[in-house]
Amino acid sequence: MSSLLDRLKAGIAKTRAGLVDKIEDTLKGRKEIDSDLLDELEYALITADVGVRTVTEILEDVRQRVDRKLIGDATEIKALIRRHLVDVLEATERPIVKPAAPPRVVLIVGVNGAGKTTTIGKLAARLKADGQSVLLCAADTFRAAAIEQLEVWGQRNQIDVIRQQQGSDPSAVVFDALQAAKARAVDVVIVDTAGRLHTKENLMAELEKMRRTTQRVIPDAPHEVLLVMDGTTGQNGLEQARKFTESTGVTGIVLTKLDGTAKGGVVVAIARELNLPIRYIGVGEQIDDLLPFDAEKFVASLFEN
Amino acid sequence: MFESLSDKLQRVFKNLRGEGKLTPENMEAALKEIRIALLEADVHFRVVKQLIEAVKLKAMGQEVMQALSPGQQVVKIVHEELVKILGQHQAKLRFANEPPSVIMMVGLQGSGKTTSTAKLAKWLVKQGRTPILVSVDIYRPAAREQLAVLAREIKIPIWIGEPGENRPSELVKGAKIEASRAGRDTILVDTAGRLHIDEELMVELDGLKAQLNPTEILFVADAMTGQDAVKSAEQFHQRLGITGVVLTKMDGDARGGAALSIRTVTGQPLKFVGLGEKPDAFEPFHPDRAAQRILGMGDVMSLIEKVSEAVDQKQAEKMQQKLLDDEFTLEDFRDQLKQIRKLGPLENLLKMMPGMANMPKEMKNAKVDEKELTRIVAIIDSMTQGERNNPLLLNGGRRKRIAVGSGTTVQDVNNLVKQYQEMRKMMKKLTGGLAGGMLGKRMAKMKLPFPTSFPGFGR
Ligand SMILES: Nc1nc2c(ncn2[C@@H]2O[C@H](COP(=O)(O)OP(=O)(O)OP(=O)(O)O)[C@@H](O)[C@H]2O)c(=O)[nH]1
Ligand SMILES: [Mg+2]
Repeated sequence: MSSLLDRLKAGIAKTRAGLVDKIEDTLKGRKEIDSDLLDELEYALITADVGVRTVTEILEDVRQRVDRKLIGDATEIKALIRRHLVDVLEATERPIVKPAAPPRVVLIVGVNGAGKTTTIGKLAARLKADGQSVLLCAADTFRAAAIEQLEVWGQRNQIDVIRQQQGSDPSAVVFDALQAAKARAVDVVIVDTAGRLHTKENLMAELEKMRRTTQRVIPDAPHEVLLVMDGTTGQNGLEQARKFTESTGVTGIVLTKLDGTAKGGVVVAIARELNLPIRYIGVGEQIDDLLPFDAEKFVASLFEN
Repeated sequence: MFESLSDKLQRVFKNLRGEGKLTPENMEAALKEIRIALLEADVHFRVVKQLIEAVKLKAMGQEVMQALSPGQQVVKIVHEELVKILGQHQAKLRFANEPPSVIMMVGLQGSGKTTSTAKLAKWLVKQGRTPILVSVDIYRPAAREQLAVLAREIKIPIWIGEPGENRPSELVKGAKIEASRAGRDTILVDTAGRLHIDEELMVELDGLKAQLNPTEILFVADAMTGQDAVKSAEQFHQRLGITGVVLTKMDGDARGGAALSIRTVTGQPLKFVGLGEKPDAFEPFHPDRAAQRILGMGDVMSLIEKVSEAVDQKQAEKMQQKLLDDEFTLEDFRDQLKQIRKLGPLENLLKMMPGMANMPKEMKNAKVDEKELTRIVAIIDSMTQGERNNPLLLNGGRRKRIAVGSGTTVQDVNNLVKQYQEMRKMMKKLTGGLAGGMLGKRMAKMKLPFPTSFPGFGR
């Protein structure tokens, strides 16, 4: 098996190609720091979805140092931006919560089509490879064929899926699944929930209820609440993260679809404002297309040649 | 809370009042705010740049209209420009002369193709057409099953293929045969989500297009998409020649700037928006609404929707007319209050109002006191018909009587009368002065049941 760093690097090659190459392109052959250079940097970062406010603040910092002649050339600007991004992302890192007793309960939430179910399929594979026993919970009882979709992932991973009929109360499925997990002494239960827009109060309340249900069965659950976010998401991502955190206590983010051309830069703003760590990145539709996110390595690979 | 763009511009232009012309200097601050607003709405960087240039050109040297502040005028110009780009007219779907017509739904993973396919089918039925569905998403687990479930739900035929068949070309071939056999005039093809850089899968779409000769290839895009929208849309368009765009998940709070980017890079019209998970949460695209939303004025629309749910339209039109004709009586005022209260917490509503930036600060920041509303209604209830129609009748004696009758004080009655008069004055300004501009026009369209609603504000 290739090293983690290699996998990470390969996985985020596209991201790299975007954000970093843009910055590097910008910096290549430039000695003088002029406003054109800063404009180009702004272009690179904004088109990576970092967000105009965040970018403005970063560039303001750079500008000040330039004015104070603390930065001699373009290479230093690059280093500065890199350091800034690492700092922002690293500040959110925190250890994974261990359950008092198994099972560890992981709730997967997010807007429609973000990649929740697929992420669960991939995450289950990772955990299994790690020697843990996993049970899936089909608590998306709303979307057509959502249960069947999760069951396919269950089969691929050869693990059980606890399900009920479409249309049944998702909290009831959660309850069943946790009971089953306890009875079977399973290590991890992953709960698939229906996609929902963070603006729908009734649906957010439903998620809250599911969260409470986990607590009823296992007092320190859920141990992890992962917000799955589409890597193509723009500035709305911040509001998504905010609202899901308010109602379900999000503990981390999974950023999907980074195998495309999107950069997912909005996570920088999310890290800054909500202090949420990015746990994994999705880099494809296959079962092993989920990679752990590590701020240091992520930014390091962004800036490596 | 975010300051709305109009509030910001109001602030920017506070110092410019009285300047007669829009100049590069006095527009700079406004354009900066607009640039930020557009970028925050996820309009692509380059598109924003073009737009700002266009606005500059157009606005330069324009006389500031009497009725508008310079800030409002710039917003008006930007808004017009956005509407122009997004398309003045709703785009229609094209159909083949010889049925069946084929409509292909394409796009990135998770953008909402399957749901949109079902919604479009249902919409077509309402237009008197007879669609049939087919899914060629052989990749995502249970994707074909998903469309089949939806088809059952909306009671529209679907071709699910011979048992075990999982070749897209065979599936659509079967759908065509089935369409002519069953006399269905439109085939909706739901394709698998794919990345625009996935060569193999893009080739698959090329093949399907060649085989099907579709009259429409609709690119389904998520309203929450960021800057990458230009790349994916551009690639899909270059490869396939898309004929229109469906913008999904517009029931959320994304500003939907991707619409502008996609439209700009493909030149293809936005045709529909998805507004929810139910099969009928689907409507033709409205450039005007989309433009407002991108500029951060979208909440105006949700206000309108809320209002129109709670308010009797005829009644509202009557009120509107009365306001315009200056015949708005205390009785009307009371009726309005009653309707407004059906809309929920007043403060929320007030925040949505576009004109709030122009309100005196005390009014804007006033906490709306529900008890005060009850008191106002009680006071008006205690008046005679004549007094309600003509508050000028309200002399000291009458006011005392009303206070006793409503269990309030003369001071309360005085306050109410003062508020009512202020409101009428404000209303005149809004319908007359300001109304010359965008706000007024929109308000006229909105058929608001109340002026700009500051009943119950006191203190
Ligand atoms: N290219 C790519 N596609 C992905 C990735 N993750 C998920 N997808 C695809 O995105 C689409 C939506 O994924 P789902 O897992 O069904 O998303 P979901 O959030 O469960 O969707 P709903 O339950 O409908 O809200 C599917 O076609 C997935 O195959 C990724 O990392 N890369
Ligand atoms: Mg799902």
